[in-house]
Amino acid sequence: MKLELRGITKRFPGVVANDAVDLVIEEGEIHGLLGENGAGKSTLMNILYGLYTADEGEVLIDGEPVTFAGPGDAIDAGIGMVHQHFMLVPVFTVAENITLGVEHTKGLGLLDRRSAEAEVHRLSEEFGLPVDPHAVVEDLPVGVQQRVEILKALHREARLLILDEPTAVLTPQETEDLFRAMRSLKESGRSIVFISHKLKEHKAIVDRISVLRRGRIVGTADPATTSEQELANLMVGRPVGLTVDKADRETGEAVLAVRGITVLDARGKPAVDGVDLDVHRGEIVAIAGVEGNGQTELVRAITGLDPVAGGTIELLGRDVTAFGRKELLRAGVGHIPEDRNREGIVGDFTVAENLVLPMWDAAPFAERGRRRFGAIAEVAEREVDDFDIRTPSIHTTAGSLSGGNAQKVVVAREFARPLDLLVAAQPTRGVDVGSIEYIHRRIVDKRNEGAAVVIVSSELDEVLALADRVAVMFHGRLVGPFPMPVSREAVGLLMAGATPDEAMGATR
Amino acid sequence: MTTATPPDLDRRNRRFGIFALVLAAIAGAVFATGTAGVATTFQLNDVFGEPAYATLPAVVVPVAPTALFLALVIAGVGLYQAVRGFGDRATIVISVLLGLFVLAFLVWAARGQQLQVLALLRGTMRAAVPLALGALSGVLCERAGVINIAIEGQFLAAAFTAALVSSATGSPWLGLVGGILAGGLVGALLAVLSIRYRADQIVVGVVLIVLATGVTSFLTSQLLVPNPGLNAPDRFGAVTVPVLGDIPLIGPLLFRHSVTVYLMLLAVVVVQIALFRTRWGLRLRAVGEHPKAADTVGIRVLATRYRAVILGGMVAGIGGAYFTLDAAGQFSREMSGGRGFIALAAMLVGRYSPAGALGAALIFGFADALSTSLQILNVGIPSTLLLTAPYVVTILVVAGLVGRLRMPAADGQPYVKE
Amino acid sequence: MTTPEGPDERQVPPPSPDAASADEPEVRGAEERDREHAAPVHAAAGPMERFVAAVTGTSVVVTILAFVSAMVVGALFIALSEEAVRESMGYFLARPGDALSAAWSVSAEAYGALFRGAVGGAYQLSETGTAAIPLILTGLAVAIPLRAGMFNIGGEGQVIAGGVVAGFVGFAVTGLPFLVHLPLAILAGILGGAAYGFLPGILKARTGAHEVITTIMLNNIAIYVTDYLLSTDRFRLEGRSDPISKTVEASAVLPRIFAGLRLHWGLLLVVVVAVAIWWLLERSTFGFELTAVGKNPDAARAAGMSTGRMIVLGLTLAGALAGLAGGAQILGLQQRITGGFSGGLGFDGITVALLGRGSVGGTVAAGVLFGALKAGGRSMQGATGTSLDLVVVLQALIILFVAAPALVRAIFRIRAQGPATGELAKGWGA
Repeated sequence: MKLELRGITKRFPGVVANDAVDLVIEEGEIHGLLGENGAGKSTLMNILYGLYTADEGEVLIDGEPVTFAGPGDAIDAGIGMVHQHFMLVPVFTVAENITLGVEHTKGLGLLDRRSAEAEVHRLSEEFGLPVDPHAVVEDLPVGVQQRVEILKALHREARLLILDEPTAVLTPQETEDLFRAMRSLKESGRSIVFISHKLKEHKAIVDRISVLRRGRIVGTADPATTSEQELANLMVGRPVGLTVDKADRETGEAVLAVRGITVLDARGKPAVDGVDLDVHRGEIVAIAGVEGNGQTELVRAITGLDPVAGGTIELLGRDVTAFGRKELLRAGVGHIPEDRNREGIVGDFTVAENLVLPMWDAAPFAERGRRRFGAIAEVAEREVDDFDIRTPSIHTTAGSLSGGNAQKVVVAREFARPLDLLVAAQPTRGVDVGSIEYIHRRIVDKRNEGAAVVIVSSELDEVLALADRVAVMFHGRLVGPFPMPVSREAVGLLMAGATPDEAMGATR
Repeated sequence: MTTATPPDLDRRNRRFGIFALVLAAIAGAVFATGTAGVATTFQLNDVFGEPAYATLPAVVVPVAPTALFLALVIAGVGLYQAVRGFGDRATIVISVLLGLFVLAFLVWAARGQQLQVLALLRGTMRAAVPLALGALSGVLCERAGVINIAIEGQFLAAAFTAALVSSATGSPWLGLVGGILAGGLVGALLAVLSIRYRADQIVVGVVLIVLATGVTSFLTSQLLVPNPGLNAPDRFGAVTVPVLGDIPLIGPLLFRHSVTVYLMLLAVVVVQIALFRTRWGLRLRAVGEHPKAADTVGIRVLATRYRAVILGGMVAGIGGAYFTLDAAGQFSREMSGGRGFIALAAMLVGRYSPAGALGAALIFGFADALSTSLQILNVGIPSTLLLTAPYVVTILVVAGLVGRLRMPAADGQPYVKE
Repeated sequence: MTTPEGPDERQVPPPSPDAASADEPEVRGAEERDREHAAPVHAAAGPMERFVAAVTGTSVVVTILAFVSAMVVGALFIALSEEAVRESMGYFLARPGDALSAAWSVSAEAYGALFRGAVGGAYQLSETGTAAIPLILTGLAVAIPLRAGMFNIGGEGQVIAGGVVAGFVGFAVTGLPFLVHLPLAILAGILGGAAYGFLPGILKARTGAHEVITTIMLNNIAIYVTDYLLSTDRFRLEGRSDPISKTVEASAVLPRIFAGLRLHWGLLLVVVVAVAIWWLLERSTFGFELTAVGKNPDAARAAGMSTGRMIVLGLTLAGALAGLAGGAQILGLQQRITGGFSGGLGFDGITVALLGRGSVGGTVAAGVLFGALKAGGRSMQGATGTSLDLVVVLQALIILFVAAPALVRAIFRIRAQGPATGELAKGWGA
C-alpha cells in the first residue's frame, strides 16, 4: 500500500499539533518517524488511524483520497496500529483479542472458538510470530503481547502497520525479534511506520526517516547517509551538544547503605533480589537498565513507598528499613518520582500547595495542626522565582500548568530543601531539551552541595553524562556500581545480562 | 478468577482451616449437647399443595449423633485444609462445609419438631427470583462498564407499573410487559445520565433509587389509595410442568411454580450463554474491560453500553414485577424492602457471572426462607439476626476474606473518545 | 552484539522517551511552548472575570436552575395525579386551556402550602429548624468522606447506631444529674456512630473493600440488629409488643429552646459542629491531608501522607456526626428508640451533601433547604392533600439535575466550562 498525507493540519485549543504535514510511505517500505516528545507524532498517527479528524489536509491510499470517521474505517482501508499502550483486553485469550470485532461465529452469534484459534495459529505460523491462541493475555510477557497486537492488525489484513514506540518496553533480545518480524513483513509487501525517539534503532531498521518538529516535517533523510548527529540536530532544531559541567569532587561518608534488600512484586515474586548499594556524599550513582528489571521497585523501597521483604537500609548509619515514607522524607531523603503527574502533584491543588506538599504539616507551614498560609505563600513565591516556574500565580491550580512546568514544581520542592539523599527516577522523562539541561545542572549542584544522589534512568546518555559511578539492574539484581569511565558498550552489555567480566573484558 | 499468590494462599489456607474448625466446635459444642434422645423430622412432602404425586416418607434423625457426626466431618476436612490446603477448590470446600454446618444447625433448631424441608426450599426458590434477576441486571451493566446501584429503584418502578397495568387491563402478562418497560426506563435514565452526561454513576444510582421510591410512594398515595381498583392486579398462578412436575421432591421444587420462577431460570441461562459464548457478549465484555481497545477495533462503545444498561433495567423489571404479580398481589410503598441491595450483593458474591449470581441469590433466598421457617418453629433464635446473614456474607466477600473479587476493569469509568 | 539503544559517543542529548500516550495527545509539549510565548487568557484573567466565569459556568446558577427544573417536573406530578386535572385532560384537545389552568392552580396551591408550611410563622420555622438539625449533620457525614474521595452511603446505619447507643445510655443509666447525663448520652451517640463509621473505614484501608458496598450492607445490618434489640427485654418498653424502647430519662433529654415549639438545643450543637468542621476541612493540616488523599491518593502517599489513616478517620468522623444526628433525634425529639426511627435521614444526607457540593457552607444551606421542604411538605399534605412523598421526588430531581451539570447546561443552553465527568465512580475495588 502506498500512503500519502497531504497538508494535514490538526489544532487543539491554543496549539497546532500538526502543521501542514506532507508524508509519503511507499509500498514495502519501513518508514521511520522521528521526533521529540510533543512533536506531534502520536497526533499524526491517530489521525491516520481515524481516532482524530484532521482540520485540514487529505489522506490518500494508492492515490485515492480517503476519509476515516473512526478506526473501523481505517481498519477497512488496511491500516493497522500497534499502540504504545497495548489495546488488548487483559482477561481475554490471545485468540479472542485477535478476532475481537471480526469474530468467527457459527450462526446465532455463537462464537466459533475452534475456528478462531485455528486462524490465529495459521497467522502465527505464516508471519513467524509464535503465540499460544489459548493463553490469557495478561499472563504473557510484554514482548509476546506486542506480537499479539501485530497479529491482530494482520488478521484484519493490514497492509500498512503503524508501530508506536514499539521498543520502549522491550529487552534487547525482544527488540531483535521484533526487527526480524518487521523485515519479514516488509518482504511480504507490507508498509510499516516505525515511531521511535531512539536514533540507533532508526539507523538499524528503517528505509527512510521523516523528522517531525513542532508539528512540522522538517526533513526526510536516508538513514544510510545521514549521521546520528545530523538527525539529532534536525530533531531538536539547533545544534545540540550535551555537556554537563561536572568537576571532580571528593566523596564523603556513606549516606545510603543498602544491604541485601529484596522487594516482592504484586505476584509475590522478587522484583528486587538481594541488592547491595552504597552511596556517598558528593557522588552521583546512576542505575541503568531496560525498564522492568526492578529499578522502579528498588527506588520505591529506598524511598519508603513500598516495604522490603528482606535486607536492611541505612541512612547515615541509622537503620531506616522500617521507616515510613513520611519519616524518610523528613529524615533528609528527596525523591523525584517516575510518574510525576500521578505521584508528584495534586492537580486540583494550587502551585503553592504543591510546593509544600511533603511538608504540609511541618513548621513553618503548619503550627499545632493549623496551616500557616503566610509562610506557604512566601516560600512558594520564592521557589517559583528560583526555579523559573511559569505560572500566572502561585494560586493557579497545578493541573493547569504545562507538563514541563508541573515537573519543575516537583523538582523545585525536592531541591529547595536540605537533602542528604536525592533519588531521582527518570528525571528528564517527557521533558523538553531546554529543561533537560536545566534539571541536569540542578542535580549536579545538589551533588556538589554534598548530597548523595541516585539516578535511575533508561536513557543511556543520561546515565553516562551524570554518573560518578554506574550500576546496571538486570532481572532484579544490581551489577556494580563501577567508577566511571565505563564505556557505553560495556553498560549496554550489562543491560542485556552479560556478567561484568564479559562486559568489561569485551570492551576494555 | 482468583489470583492468589503463594504466600497469600498459605495464609488463606490456614484462615479457611481455622474457620472450619470453629464451625466444627460450634456444631459439636452447641448442637450436639443437651439433646440426647431427641430426634428431628424432616418432612419432604408438600403439605400445603395437593399430594397428587408420589409421597416420600419423612426422614427422622437423632439430633445429638447427627450433629456430632457432622461436626467431626467438618473438623476433619478443616484440619486437612489448614495443613495441606485444597488449593483452587478451597472456596468450594468451604461452601460445602458451611452447608453441612447449616444442616447441623437445622437438625438442632428443629429438634423434637417437624421441619418442612420442601416448603423451605420452595421458599428459597421464590425468594431468589427478584434477587437473581436484579443481580443479572447488575451483571449486564457492570460487565459493560456501568455501575448499576439502582436495582432497588428498578424493582420499585417495575413493581408499581406491573400492578397498575395488570389491574387496569386484567392481564398479568401485560402487567409484566409494563414492569419490564418501567425497569427499562430506569435503566435508560441511568444510561443517559452516566454515559451521555457522565454524571457520577454511584450518585446517579442512589438518586434514581430515591426518585423511584419517591415517585412510586407519591403515586401510591395520590392514585392507588383513592382508587383501590388500580391496585388489584391479576396475579400469575402456579403452572405445573407436565410429567416433570410429578417427580417427588424435584417436581414441587422446580416445576410447580409461577412463570416468574421459570423466567428467572431462563434469563440466567440465556444471559450466561450470551455473555460468554456469543459475539454480542464478547463485545460487551470488551467494552467493560478495555473500552479503548474495543473502540480501536470498530466496536461502538457507547451504543453497546446503552443497550446493556437498558436491557439490564428490563431484566430487573421482571424481578420487580414478581413483587406485585406473584409474591404480594398488590403494590405497597417501598415493598422491595432493600432486596435491590441484596441483589447487588448477589452480583458481587457471584463474581459478575449469571450462574454465580443465581447461586448467591439462592443462598440469600435460603436465609430469607429460613428466617420464616424458624419463626414457625419458634426455636428462640431471633430471625431478625438471621436476616443479617446476606449482608455479613457480602461484606466478607468484598473485603476479600473469601477470595479476591475482580471487577470489570473499566467499571464505573465514563468513556471519552478523545 | 552492539549496544541496544542510544546514539554513539558523539555528544547528543538524551532524547526524552515519547511518553505521550494515545489518550494524552502530544499537546503538552506544544502547550508549553505556547505558554512560553504568551500566557493563556483564562489563567491571566482578573478576579472579576473569574467570578463571572464561575457563576455562569458552574455551581450557583446550575444549582438554582436544577431547583427550578425539579419544581417544574414536580408540578407535573402534582397535576397529573390530581383528579380534576386528569378529568380536564380528557377533553384536553377541545379545551386545552382548562387542563392547563387546572394544572397550574393545583400545583400552585400545593407549592404555596409547602412554602407557607416551611417559613409561614414561628411554628413553621421551628419545624424547619427541627428537621434541618439531623439533615445538616448527616449531610456533613457525607461531605467529609467526599473530601477524601469516598462515598458514605452508610449515614443511615450510623444514625441508627448513634441513636440506639445514645437512647440506651439515656434510659438505662439512671440517677445522674442533667449536666452529666445529657453530655454522656450525646457522647455515647457520637461514639456509637463513630464506631459504625470506623468499620467500613478500616475494611477499606486494610482490604480495599469498597465503602459503598460495605456501608449499604451495614445499614441493613443496623436495621435488623435494632429490630432484634427492640425485641429484647433490656430495650423493649414493658407491656408493649411492638418495637419501641423504654423512655429516655428526663436528665438525658435535649431541652427545647422555646416553650411550645419542638426546636431543641441540638440546633446549637449543629452550629458548633458546622463551624468546627469548616475549620477542620479548610484551615487544618488534617483537612489538607484528607483533601489531598481524595484528589490524588498516589501523590498524597508520595508526599508522606497516610491514605489509610485518612480513610479510617474520614469515615469515623462521618460516623460520629451521623451518630450525633441519631442521638439528637432520640434525645431531643422522640425520647425513645423506635423501629425505623432513622426514617431515611442517612439517605437524605446524601442529597444534602450533593446539593451542597461537598462544601460545609453549602451543606448547611442545603440542609436548611431540605429541612424546609420536609416541614413544608408535612403542612402541604395536611392542607391540600398532596402527598408528603412529593418532597422526596423533589429532592431526587434536584440532585439528579445537580449531579449531571451537563444535563442542566444542555437544557438551558449554558456553555460548558470544562468536561464534567464522574469522579467518584471507580468501581467496587477489592
